[in-house]
Amino acid sequence: MSRFAVETRDLSRRFGRRWALARINIQVEPGERFLIVGSNGSGKTTLLRILSTVLDATHGDLLLFGQPPGRDPSWTRAQLGLLSHLHNVYSDLSGPENIRVFLRLLGRGDEPVEPWFERVGLEVRPDPVRSYSAGMMKRLSFARLLSQKPQLALIDEPYGQLDPAGFGFVDELLTDLSESGTTVVVASHQVDRARMLCQRAILLDQGQLRWEGPAVDVARAWGALHG
Amino acid sequence: MIFRQAIEIFRKDLLIEWRGKARFVALAVFAATILLMMSFAIGPNNKELQAHASGYIWIAVLLTSTQLLAGSFQSETEGGALEGLRLLPVFPPSLFYGKAIANWLFLVLLVVLVLPLSFALFDLSIQGSYGLLALVILLGTAGVAAPGTLYAALTARAPAQQLMLPLLLFPLLVPTLLAAVKVTALVFVGDPMGQAGGWLGLLACFDVVFWMFGGVLFWKLVES
Amino acid sequence: MNDKLWFVPLVLGLVALAVAHYGGLVMAPTEAMMGEVGRIMYAHVPTAWTGMLMGLVAFVFACGSLATSKDGWDIGTHASVEVATLLCTLLCIQGALWAKPTWGVYWDWDPRLTSTAILVLSFAGVLILRALVHDQGKRRIVTGVTTILAFVNVPITYYSVKWWNTLHQDMSSGSSIADEFKWSLYLGWLAMMLIAVGLVGLRSAGLMARLRREHGETALPKAKQKIELLAEKGGA
Repeated sequence: MSRFAVETRDLSRRFGRRWALARINIQVEPGERFLIVGSNGSGKTTLLRILSTVLDATHGDLLLFGQPPGRDPSWTRAQLGLLSHLHNVYSDLSGPENIRVFLRLLGRGDEPVEPWFERVGLEVRPDPVRSYSAGMMKRLSFARLLSQKPQLALIDEPYGQLDPAGFGFVDELLTDLSESGTTVVVASHQVDRARMLCQRAILLDQGQLRWEGPAVDVARAWGALHG
Repeated sequence: MIFRQAIEIFRKDLLIEWRGKARFVALAVFAATILLMMSFAIGPNNKELQAHASGYIWIAVLLTSTQLLAGSFQSETEGGALEGLRLLPVFPPSLFYGKAIANWLFLVLLVVLVLPLSFALFDLSIQGSYGLLALVILLGTAGVAAPGTLYAALTARAPAQQLMLPLLLFPLLVPTLLAAVKVTALVFVGDPMGQAGGWLGLLACFDVVFWMFGGVLFWKLVES
Repeated sequence: MNDKLWFVPLVLGLVALAVAHYGGLVMAPTEAMMGEVGRIMYAHVPTAWTGMLMGLVAFVFACGSLATSKDGWDIGTHASVEVATLLCTLLCIQGALWAKPTWGVYWDWDPRLTSTAILVLSFAGVLILRALVHDQGKRRIVTGVTTILAFVNVPITYYSVKWWNTLHQDMSSGSSIADEFKWSLYLGWLAMMLIAVGLVGLRSAGLMARLRREHGETALPKAKQKIELLAEKGGA
């Protein structure tokens, strides 16, 4: 039994003949804020997708909350929340309707959705999500993630598509999340911003883990790698 | 749990269709246009049109259904919602049955909207029983909805879905089409020989096979 | 196993086919009812049996492919769907050629031929969809699902067409075959089976080689050196 929220052993993924991810070994403590840094195509998103069980690894092992996710997939998935660039929403439904659909599927249909909107600073409006701006969409994704009350939040590019005011809001949100006991794994290339937020970090390059250490040092490691 | 989630998916699809009512209206108008074009292709011969009316109706339903089915998965893949559902976690067969039942309902609605028009266009009357008509509408559309939902999911991310869906689906639907057309014709001209029973049996058999297989195969598909 | 070995059943089959057809098309007596046209049975019946059997083989491969998630089953499905499509297309052409002098039309909606034609369309759809999907994992599932449904639908289609076209009488059974030339029929069937097996084997080997080339195992890269940060000022 592993005490880590996330533990991987030689985790690797091949697409066609190319290894998008090779021999990743990480351990994330429960409640930790963990940062994955890397340039485009370094394997950040692939790693997050494997951690979220949407994608299978080609090689290696993944333990979530001390057990392989395949042992009890629906329990494991109930503990996870993924925020991806896909947003995972229905474009024809309004924001509240989207959250309502997801809550009902979780069997929590009688809970109000308004608090989640308040939390992310989004107006409760009846127009379809299709008409949302990119920033509003991001906030809605956060509302969906929070409403799931995950034990492990996997967040791909939290700062993307947000204005500077939104940056502070994301920091605050993620800090709150981890203080309430949720493990937060963030992938970002906004190194300077994210390293202040997180405790530990890894640096990915061409699918390989090239550095791990305190998050504050990640900028230096980045500098060492990319000259 | 499985049942409750299927109902939630069903509700959600109704809600999406309700939000995009214009699309459904467009589908009904599309079906009506096909009926009209059929008449023009055959010529103003009332006897001939009347004799083949049930065929025209079901062809119109079939052609319209591919648009309906493709649309029902576009809403799932467009915003990445399907992936969100997988993480929730939603049991894949619930997703299949929720969507298939919603599509079934839409198809029934489509037939009900299109029938009055065909009565006017083709000078039809009902010599058989109304119960038989209801039964063939229900079983016939069910025979389109289950394989249709599965194949829409299958082709959802393939290029040229508008082409691939009917290409794969229509050969599969030959028994449904034959049986539905035959029984509907019997409703219009009467069924003194009692032929409808056998056809309905065949339709029911097809429905059972595809509603059963659908859930299992859809599971395989989503987990990939 | 050496892939070239698949030529053995293929060549044996071709030889056996030549012998069988010499028996059926040359030596056998002219059929009483249909005349010389009746000889097409000696080619048609073996094709029909083999074609349907290859459909079944494709179905079995597809079930195995979904159950095991192994690429070998998927390649087998692909190859046998192709060979079944080929044989069933041949079957439809033979049927049409036989129907014209016998019934006066090329296509008279015989339930066997019609359900075979529907199977050809479904299998062609499988192959087209397969060509459009590039991710091997996804392709395996999509192929398996569509192949299974296409095959399961054959008996339902058969009965629905049979009822739909009730005026039709049953035909193309072995009864019009002269007893002393039954051997030609069975040898023909054996020959077609050998050819089909050879083709599936050769095609599988070719597809497998291509899959390996495009998606094949590549060695997991060695772990690169971790970056060491200097104590004071970073950067190398």
